[in-house]
Amino acid sequence: MRDTLTSLRYRYWPDHLLGEILSKRWTETAIPVILLLIVGFALSRSIDHFLSPASLADTARQAGEIGFIGLGMALVVIVGGIDLSVGSIFALTDFCALYLLDVLNWPVPAVVVATLACGALLGAVNGVLIGYLRLRAFITTLITLIIYRSAFDLLIQRYSNSIAAAFPDIPSWNFIGGGDVFGIPSVALVYVAIAIFGHIFMTRLRPGWHITAIGGSRRSAYNSGIPVRRTIALCYVASGVLTSIAALFFAARLGTVGGDIGVGLEVIVLTATVLGGITLGGGKGSVAKSLVGVLIVLLITNGLTTLNARGGINRMALAGILLVAAMVDIRWQKNRTRIISKVYVAPTYHALPPPPATEIGQGGPFEQNDKLRDVELIGLGRIEAPEDVILDRNNNLYAGSRHGDIMRFFAPDYQRMEVFAHIGGQPLGMAFDRQDNLYVCIGGMGLYRIKPDGTVEKATDETNRSMHSVNDDSRLRLADDLDITDDGLIFFSEATVRYEMDEWPIDGLEARGNGRIICYDTKTGATHTALRGLKFPNGICVASDGQSILFAETFGCSIKRLWFAGPKKGQVEVVMDNLPGYPDNINLASDGNYWLALVGMRSPSLDLAWKMPGFRRRMAKRVPVDEWLFPNINTGCVVKFNEQGKILESFWDLRGENHPMITSMREHRGYLYLGGIMNNRIGRYKLENADPNFVQYDKRWGKLS
Amino acid sequence: MKRLRFNQQEIVFAVFALLFLAFSIFLRGFLTPENMLTLLQNVAVLGILGLAMAIVVIGRGIDISLIAALAVPPGLVLQMVQNGHSLPASLLVAVLLTIAFGLVNGWLIAYAEVPSLFATLATGLLLAGLGQAALFQLDVVQWSDGMKGFERLGQGTILGIPTSIVMFAIACVVVAFLLRQTRWGAYIYAIGDNPYAARVTGIPSRPIIVLQYVVAALIGCFAGLVMAASVNSMPTRIFNSTLIYDVILVVVLGGIGLSGGRGGVLNVVIGTLLIGTMLNGMTIMDISYAGQNLVKGVVLLLAVITDSFLNPRNEETAQQGDI
Repeated sequence: MRDTLTSLRYRYWPDHLLGEILSKRWTETAIPVILLLIVGFALSRSIDHFLSPASLADTARQAGEIGFIGLGMALVVIVGGIDLSVGSIFALTDFCALYLLDVLNWPVPAVVVATLACGALLGAVNGVLIGYLRLRAFITTLITLIIYRSAFDLLIQRYSNSIAAAFPDIPSWNFIGGGDVFGIPSVALVYVAIAIFGHIFMTRLRPGWHITAIGGSRRSAYNSGIPVRRTIALCYVASGVLTSIAALFFAARLGTVGGDIGVGLEVIVLTATVLGGITLGGGKGSVAKSLVGVLIVLLITNGLTTLNARGGINRMALAGILLVAAMVDIRWQKNRTRIISKVYVAPTYHALPPPPATEIGQGGPFEQNDKLRDVELIGLGRIEAPEDVILDRNNNLYAGSRHGDIMRFFAPDYQRMEVFAHIGGQPLGMAFDRQDNLYVCIGGMGLYRIKPDGTVEKATDETNRSMHSVNDDSRLRLADDLDITDDGLIFFSEATVRYEMDEWPIDGLEARGNGRIICYDTKTGATHTALRGLKFPNGICVASDGQSILFAETFGCSIKRLWFAGPKKGQVEVVMDNLPGYPDNINLASDGNYWLALVGMRSPSLDLAWKMPGFRRRMAKRVPVDEWLFPNINTGCVVKFNEQGKILESFWDLRGENHPMITSMREHRGYLYLGGIMNNRIGRYKLENADPNFVQYDKRWGKLS
Repeated sequence: MKRLRFNQQEIVFAVFALLFLAFSIFLRGFLTPENMLTLLQNVAVLGILGLAMAIVVIGRGIDISLIAALAVPPGLVLQMVQNGHSLPASLLVAVLLTIAFGLVNGWLIAYAEVPSLFATLATGLLLAGLGQAALFQLDVVQWSDGMKGFERLGQGTILGIPTSIVMFAIACVVVAFLLRQTRWGAYIYAIGDNPYAARVTGIPSRPIIVLQYVVAALIGCFAGLVMAASVNSMPTRIFNSTLIYDVILVVVLGGIGLSGGRGGVLNVVIGTLLIGTMLNGMTIMDISYAGQNLVKGVVLLLAVITDSFLNPRNEETAQQGDI
């Protein structure tokens, strides 16, 4: 009863989603957005007409103006600097626009262009000083803040009267200041356009990536050839231009040049930037974060003004929120990976009946023996981690290596060895197609094809994204083993979509159906997911009927059959379950049966732990990774089974010294070749009563005539 | 051959010497004892604030909230005395407020690990907002009869030297003693030079950082008292001014690098003298306030640029997040 409840709870409650959601980058933006919603909700409850169109339009106008400056500040902060001079640039460009319009009577387009140029120039001063002369951003913009401000003060002493006296009535100017399109203020429209461009710029275009790279690590960016100085300088120019855009709208809206314009603006914008979650020091930030920060600051200041709060309260609220936001942001940045690694592992209920006996004297097909004790060794100490081995029609032996190579041992004695192809990722399962191409599953990379001349091509590294997964499961994380049907369909297993290759034991602890079987069509080049929700699918072998594949579920301890053609197409059937070990690769035997490698034997402790998800979750949270339970992969065996799932024979090695572990085996001309992912050797075992002319290649694709 | 290298301190001192020489030759009335005293008197408060900032900057931090500490606790003293409380009680309350403020700053920076720029930016706003909203009735808190005698802190002379200069000198001696003669001071230099190494060595870096901000706030409060005494009121709107930027410039120009671990009281004095000389000379030349700021800014910029040419930083050695 209790087990049933546990099993139901773990089957239907999606524990794994929390960790997956938290590991998404957008959750960082989610915190400020939630804050914004709370502030908006609180203000709309306490202020009448807060959400009325007029009030919203007014807010949008101000948000647009501050928003431009916020974008500039975001850019500069992302590149690893700071711009304190925005308030003064704002004042100066505001003056510039009004002076040109009111005193010199320039036409509006010329005023706009000149004002933007003025902003660019003021920003360029910062840019040259900080980018090219490499002064400190903080102190430099502090000085330019003072210089620009005093220049502004000097200018308005002379011209404020003539500006105040003029009342320009130019339709286009008025439209900039107060116009709207379908109720949306002009400034908001321009802001949206620039924000969309900014988003694309930062996330999709090369200069945007350069900016993030420089902010993330200036030294690495410099060493990888990014023009650090120019990029930094241009960021300050952009900040100046964006500030001057804000000043243009401000000038058109109010038309005044009061002495305190832009005083303290840098504090407001900086607050908005930090509130939005743009990390000081660079490398992280987005347009959305900048906008959210600006909206929060603006809503709070406007809301408090509307509520007739004293100026001091307004300040305290702003400061308090800045502090809390900075603290939350810093705590989160610091502990993010730790929190995620704690909650990411989401074990589930997995019950297996007691395993069949394997001890000597107990009888049964799994009874231990010592047949593999004295296997011959190939390439001892010259190869590392041959997960799978395969032989071509010329008797040459191929095996993957940890270094990302496919090694070839030449027949007949397999002493001579060469690097057949270099791929770069760890090769796992392998299979030859009809044209002598070698298809290889590469952990972390996908499915690759190696032509007979050794050139490497990518076959596929992505499949269709499933609708309901939070993790992006379109990329292949751990392609494991494959086989090729007569029609040129390649079925390959992806062991898990939640972990990387080196984390495979954690997937075993989780015991969730995270794996899937994917089908790649060599004729069309299309990839689709054939079956999902499997517990670490591993070995794959096309069955003798040519209409189904056999696949092993390592942590499901079972062999299943999937029909891909014929009357039962799409159906799945259990061939064997409750194996005493963890099944790995499956391959054809010369007598029409199948070979199966058991990479390790089940242990009572892990079997018990699989029934106790809460125990495993506590372990993942409280114990360091090195001390977690680990599936046994020290002892294993090779078994032969038939089409009906009956075990015919088993091959053991009681000492495990000569050939320590087995992940795959391949029969060839009366011998069984053994691979093991932790080994530095390949084993060769002489089979009794086997067809001495059996070549898997010929059997599958026909003898070379 | 040994290459000729100058550090910023020497450059600034040279600029100061040149300016001083030029003003002495070309400006009538500059090189008189009276004017020298006026010069020093005008920059005394700035200098005291510079000392507070120096302590924090040497420890690789920055304290933007100094002006709030300058304005609010002394303003509170004046306000409380005006409301009929006794002067000692008011001073005690103000000092406690200052210490509490410094503790908040220090805790945020040392324990919550908020960058000092932001922490002090926010706490400064918080304290100024508190003063504005809850403590003061008017923006300018006036001197009242209960404060009688206290104005000697900022007015009059001691042995012929204006009191505010004496106060600056006392502050210099105290801070120099703290930094150079105590273990605590050595710890600050260690933390500023390399915080991680300091921590690994076993220096209690977090409590020391907290202490820095408490001391800085107390010195700020002291500067505020001197200022209030010299002008007989506390204009709390001074928080809105650009005074804090002047303080940072004094410190940085004097040669205390923002990356910490370098400099001392002498640097603050040099920085203060440079600013003081410039301001005084321009006042004699009758340049407007804005014009003075403009000239000040340009000179500072030139000094910083010169420094960057003589002691360039490059992409290999620039520290990450070192703004």
